[in-house]
Amino acid sequence: MLTALYVMIGLALLLGIVLGYSALKFKVEGDPLVARIDAILPQTQCGQCGYPGCKPYATAIAKGEADINQCPPGGDAGVHALADLLGVEYKPLNAEHGLPKPKSVAVIDENVCIGCTLCIQACPVDAILGAAKHMHTVIASECTGCELCVAPCPVDCISMEPIAESPANWKWRYPVFEIKPESTVTKKSAV
Amino acid sequence: MNAIVNISRLLKSKLARTGLSSFKGGVHPPQHKLESTTSPIRSVTLPKHLVLPLRQHVGNVSKLQVAAGDHVLKGQLLAKADGQVSAAVHAPTSGVIASIGNQLIPHPSGLPDISITLEADGRDQWIEHQALDYLSMSKPELLDHLREAGVVGLGGATFPSHIKLREDARHPVRTLIINGAECEPYISCDDMLMRERADEIVRGIEIMRYLLDAEVCAIGIEDNKPEAIQAMREAVAKSAIAIDVIAVPTIYPGGGAKQLIKVITGKEVPSGRLPTEIGVQCFNVATAYSVHRVVNHGEPVISRIVTVTGNVARPGNYEALLGMSISELVQLAGGRAEDGDLVMGGPMMGFNLPSAAVPVVKATNCIIVPSAEMFPQPEPALPCIRCTRCADVCPVNLQPQELYWFSKSQNLEKASEYNIFDCIECGCCTYVCPSNIPLVQYYRYAKSEIIAQDRAKEAADIARERNEFRLMRIEREKQERAQKHAQKAAGAKAEAGGDSAAEAAKKAAIAAAVERAKAQKAEVVAKNTEEVSPRVEAEIAKIEARRAQKPELSGQPEQTELFAEKQEPAVTSAVEQMDGTQLLSKEKQPTEEAK
Repeated sequence: MLTALYVMIGLALLLGIVLGYSALKFKVEGDPLVARIDAILPQTQCGQCGYPGCKPYATAIAKGEADINQCPPGGDAGVHALADLLGVEYKPLNAEHGLPKPKSVAVIDENVCIGCTLCIQACPVDAILGAAKHMHTVIASECTGCELCVAPCPVDCISMEPIAESPANWKWRYPVFEIKPESTVTKKSAV
Repeated sequence: MNAIVNISRLLKSKLARTGLSSFKGGVHPPQHKLESTTSPIRSVTLPKHLVLPLRQHVGNVSKLQVAAGDHVLKGQLLAKADGQVSAAVHAPTSGVIASIGNQLIPHPSGLPDISITLEADGRDQWIEHQALDYLSMSKPELLDHLREAGVVGLGGATFPSHIKLREDARHPVRTLIINGAECEPYISCDDMLMRERADEIVRGIEIMRYLLDAEVCAIGIEDNKPEAIQAMREAVAKSAIAIDVIAVPTIYPGGGAKQLIKVITGKEVPSGRLPTEIGVQCFNVATAYSVHRVVNHGEPVISRIVTVTGNVARPGNYEALLGMSISELVQLAGGRAEDGDLVMGGPMMGFNLPSAAVPVVKATNCIIVPSAEMFPQPEPALPCIRCTRCADVCPVNLQPQELYWFSKSQNLEKASEYNIFDCIECGCCTYVCPSNIPLVQYYRYAKSEIIAQDRAKEAADIARERNEFRLMRIEREKQERAQKHAQKAAGAKAEAGGDSAAEAAKKAAIAAAVERAKAQKAEVVAKNTEEVSPRVEAEIAKIEARRAQKPELSGQPEQTELFAEKQEPAVTSAVEQMDGTQLLSKEKQPTEEAK
């Protein structure tokens, strides 16, 4: 009877120590939920959700301050993924925050650019190259298409151009084919 | 070298002794090879107009080396390989570069891509070229030559060969397999090449074996090509190295690299791995032939054998220049190019060409001119009845019916979990499906969708990193600025509070300056005031009295004093409040006043 008690107390102590140690040793830094939401977001950093970037929006979702349907670049698939992750009902994109657009990149008309650096300051991913009073240009491969550089330009020399389909980024289409009408099927099987 | 040869001889026919394995699945579609193998390989008349896409291979687009208007010679480099996974493009004949721009290319997308248009001058003049003494060269040097000569896998995958021929210390290649199986119906370009140019192929294999230092070397040929097997056996007998010619059973897709490796070596390439990881490397016979042309003749890849078959009067194989129009080739074979959609590749894995005007590229192994009887309209698809016939014939042990459901419902995660990327798109499942479901179409769709998603994910990760770095940079700059201001402010305070002697000296200097100005003013007297009439004197006195009444009109010294008195407390208080940059300009103020 007493032995059993000792064994149980011993076990409890041992497990307690192990748990206490692992709580310290394997402590997770930061909020893993925010990181997981952030991983779903498209990282356009466009601010259409009303937050100054994807991470702040992810933080707001995690806190329950923001809804999951405020990210137009993420599209419907993004809302579905967020709904799956958070275990909430899917809801269609909120049109107040904009509509999904085909992915574009900013293009600077280099003949018009006056070198004011305003777009460089606006770019959330440092994808614009240039210096004061010198022509600027967009590093197309780094541009997320957030459109934040368009508004500050005093000479309106930045335009958004949709990424054209080329053999390099072309995708096979979802196969669409004719399904045999019900009537012919039954006729054939009857024959 | 001799020792290697001896070891190879010892190992000779070791593969044959062990017997052949087989892979699971496969189908036996009608061959249709006889039509195009009755006549020898024909050469083509020199085309006037050639279009050379810069994307003829797997990897980076080649880098342009010429401009429109340039005259080029046959075999001259037009675009060089950009990076390791890339291949060069050469001029197939001499002529003038007419233009460089987007042209339709043979690609299932039907989209145009950057290409060089070459107008032939008809002289067909070679650039200076010579054979390489490869045994005296270092292997990396020889590989560079292959890269510069544009050698890619000519079986259809067009992967740059110099990468596959690189020795890898982690995975030494023991077995070199040359693929002459050519399992797909209608295609016979490798068959004819082996029949007619067996010796040249063997020369190429010798170079490949030398590069890879392989112990065993075997050529796998399906047993429906007895002439090719005979020709290769005769050529191999003359070679200094031991090469096995193995007749493999005819079954589609026995010519798939992983399938042929399984049949010949009995080893299975694990899912998602490369053949090199089990010590095997596999090349097409046409690739071996082009390696021979590059090394022993110094000729880059500018032509290839193309089978033109189907609804044509003279089906057969043509040695076509890269870049010549496919419609021209079809006309040579006595077919009408506008006869519906031409098929590039075989009937199982090929695709419909967007137009007959597209050029021959390195991947063009076969052109089929279809007729309504040959490829009748597919029966309308019926729902899947879960018969799993597709699973029975799948040569890579997948569950095609599951993949179909996942792809159809766009459950891409599940599709990749079921190894959709192992699918070689051979079309066996579609071939046997009793419901006529275009299964491969679904897999192609799912695969390209997954690839696009992965790319987007990668781009998002980079964007996140760049955004985080930017925020960090802004924060750091802010801190640095704050620190600088704090330092400056502290320094100014120390100067203002601690050094009162300097401050007093400054004040004294100002006061002295004011005194000097007063004295100067006093000295200056109007010269024309002497010897004037009493009336004028009285007038001057009146004016002076008026001036004295209005302080703003009174003399300079008073004004200076006024400023000095009012300004000084303000300056000192400003010094206490101001931060660095403003301080600089304010500091000048007292000295200016002093002047």
